[in-house]
Amino acid sequence: MAQQKNLEGYVGFASLPNQVYRKSVKRGFEFTLMVVGESGLGKSTLINSLFLTDLYSAEHPGPSHRVKKTVQVEQTKVLVKEGGVQLLLTVVDTPGFGDAVDNSNCWQPVIDHIDSKFEDYLNAESRVNRRQMPDSRVHCCLYFIAPSGHGLKPLDIEFMKRLHEKVNIIPLIAKADTLTPEECQQFKKQIMREIQEHKIKIYEFPDTDDDEEEKLVKKIKDCLPLAVVGSNTIIEANGKRVRGRQYPWGVAEVENSDHCDFTILRNMLIRTHMQDLKDVTNNVHYENYRSRKLAAVTCNGVDNNRTKGQLTKLDTVEGMSPLAQMEEERREHVAKMKKMEMEMEQVFEMKVKEKVQKLRDSEAELQRRHEQMKKNLEAQHKELEEKRRQFEEDRAHWEAQQRLVEQQKLDASRTLEKNKKKGKIF
Amino acid sequence: MAATEIARQAGEGARTLPLSGHVGFDSMPDQLVNKSVNHGFCFNILCVGETGLGKSTLMDTLFNTKFEGEPNQHNQPGVQLKSNTYELQESNVRLKLTIVNTVGFGDQINKEDSYKSIVEFIDTQFEAYLQEELKIKRTLHSYHDTRVHACLYFIAPTGHSLKSLDLVTMKKLDSKVNIIPIIAKSDAISKSELTKFKIKITSELVSNGVQIYQFPTDDETVAEINSTMNGHLPFAVVGSTEEVKIGNKMVKARQYPWGTVQVENESHCDFVKLREMLIRVNMEDLREQTHTRHYELYRRCKLEEMGFKDTDPDSKPFSLQETYEAKRNEFMGELQKKEEEMRQMFVQRVKEKEAELKEAEKELHEKFDRLKKLHQDEKKKLEDKKKALDDELNVFKQKKTAAELLQSQAQQAGGSTTLKRDKERKNNPWLCTE
Repeated sequence: MAQQKNLEGYVGFASLPNQVYRKSVKRGFEFTLMVVGESGLGKSTLINSLFLTDLYSAEHPGPSHRVKKTVQVEQTKVLVKEGGVQLLLTVVDTPGFGDAVDNSNCWQPVIDHIDSKFEDYLNAESRVNRRQMPDSRVHCCLYFIAPSGHGLKPLDIEFMKRLHEKVNIIPLIAKADTLTPEECQQFKKQIMREIQEHKIKIYEFPDTDDDEEEKLVKKIKDCLPLAVVGSNTIIEANGKRVRGRQYPWGVAEVENSDHCDFTILRNMLIRTHMQDLKDVTNNVHYENYRSRKLAAVTCNGVDNNRTKGQLTKLDTVEGMSPLAQMEEERREHVAKMKKMEMEMEQVFEMKVKEKVQKLRDSEAELQRRHEQMKKNLEAQHKELEEKRRQFEEDRAHWEAQQRLVEQQKLDASRTLEKNKKKGKIF
Repeated sequence: MAATEIARQAGEGARTLPLSGHVGFDSMPDQLVNKSVNHGFCFNILCVGETGLGKSTLMDTLFNTKFEGEPNQHNQPGVQLKSNTYELQESNVRLKLTIVNTVGFGDQINKEDSYKSIVEFIDTQFEAYLQEELKIKRTLHSYHDTRVHACLYFIAPTGHSLKSLDLVTMKKLDSKVNIIPIIAKSDAISKSELTKFKIKITSELVSNGVQIYQFPTDDETVAEINSTMNGHLPFAVVGSTEEVKIGNKMVKARQYPWGTVQVENESHCDFVKLREMLIRVNMEDLREQTHTRHYELYRRCKLEEMGFKDTDPDSKPFSLQETYEAKRNEFMGELQKKEEEMRQMFVQRVKEKEAELKEAEKELHEKFDRLKKLHQDEKKKLEDKKKALDDELNVFKQKKTAAELLQSQAQQAGGSTTLKRDKERKNNPWLCTE
């Protein structure tokens, strides 16, 4: 549909990126980072090291210092500025995670928190009157794995399996300065194997066309999960002031890539992939949540518990908004009603026909019988007539006969009388 | 540095912390820019103006390329909107440009409805976006945005004032799209006339309450240039794709016997200003305004029309789920009601028909009962007659038998009398009997 056209001169829309840059700086940026892991794994220290600021300090203690009976989810918001760019950073931590004796369901508050942020965003997005929506959705979850050197703990696996489709998970090996490089390699391999085995989807780096970037991404991928070390203190080492941990046997430097993967993490998380983490949260995790939520509404308002994970094409009416779906249902219903009406009409007509026919038949039958009876009567009438006629005839005949006999008798008696008279005279 | 929107939104909840080194998030704008460049940009321009005002030529001049093959056919009734999409690239920036032209605008005798097809087109694009946004499974980030980002309204260079068609159309469009009015073919107006014309137009727009697009002045980087340009509106432009040699350069110009109008000469016309404002400085703002202002207005009106509210009667905010559920229940209730109604209607009809048929049946039976009765009567009469006859017959029989008996007795007696007479004669020859 679109035609390729060549420009014959300078137009100027190549300044569009600058325009976008300008506007984004004016708006400012926001990012929400979640840290999850057992107490004492150095989470707060790592955050402080990452952002080179005392997010967690004596006044605002980190999660491990806030001992809780149950797992809580707490937010800390800080505003940081650098090079004219303002960033609103929200760090979500989970004090109490994995610290209890029975840790079943300790991930539930985390899931609830993430979902509630999605819910807030969904509601804000769905309002009739919308304003610029703050994005408080969790963009990234740093999961701290204890440096046991063996493999993932059941809790680790369980947590990651439950959250990998809700948030970008970046697994980290905490306190990596307790592992030698060889042990670390082994450990990393083991963990990646287990992650694959359990089909856990950790954050995936996007493909790029740029070769330079591609090389960088490959380097990161080879180091997963990243083994990190954090520190709040600056130490003199080799004439330099570095962030590190002082041991009798030397200094473990945080920002030394031979010592740990901290720089890789910082570069990846903040300098190169922060925007992508936000995009994936928006385009994938949030959309999943949203479509699941809306599909549940349209299927008779009952929570659709059939599908736990992503909806498949078979489960939803592909590509329709709930309103459009209602329209569709309305149309279907109208068609159904029409059909029902037609059917009912048919049945009605048929029954009426039947009844009318029956009535007619019965009428005919009665008529026939009536005719029959009439005929019968007439026949009887005729018979009677005939009988009477015969009788009359007979009677007349007999009476005539009787009269004749009577006449004869009379004549005879008259003659006898005469003879008697005559006889007597003699 | 002025507070960013984000900072303002964060408000009291966030504490500001100093950084003790270079963290690196100042690359965020670059990250964002890289992503958008990779994704590509898109921009949609709508050109509204009467036939022959040089709309297509201006587009060609603005974007330095020949867009359409030949001029549009003007044989359709009403106003048609023709849109064409082009892929342009400049250094590493890819732009998907859609140019929408109004064909036949102002050609009709009765122009009352001219604006309608334009408004409809704009609304259709908004509707398409809204539908996509409301889908359950949606792909907004790869959606090809067709909403109109800028509307160039071409004013005929009469030199006097705006035509009523212009005022009516612009009034209808100002809440739906960013309007940038331009004076077309301005090489027909002299400089002094032009100033007067611009003032007249601006005052007419203001007095009629038409909201044209104002270049934004809230960003310090561009505030100055934008506010200056706002004062030059409407831009008087000349378009040309022909090149004329001026000095030792080939420039775009229109050649007249009395001189050459150079398109890119700022003292000849405002073309450069238009290009600067439209493309080089405010293209992104035009897109943003369309999305955050015009589209939101459309969306709000549409949702309110459909009965969606943000708060229930008690002023508690609705969650999306509740709203949808409520709508859905209402809807299902309606459907069920309709179904019930239809069923009831049928039940009624059946009842009526049954009653009818029963009536007919009753009548039939009554009729035949009557006939039967008649029959019975007839039969009875016949029976009576029969009985009467039988009685007569019996009487007659009796009579006959009695008579016969008498007769046979008489005969016997007569016989015996004759015998007696004969005996007496024999015995008494002197008895003469006859």
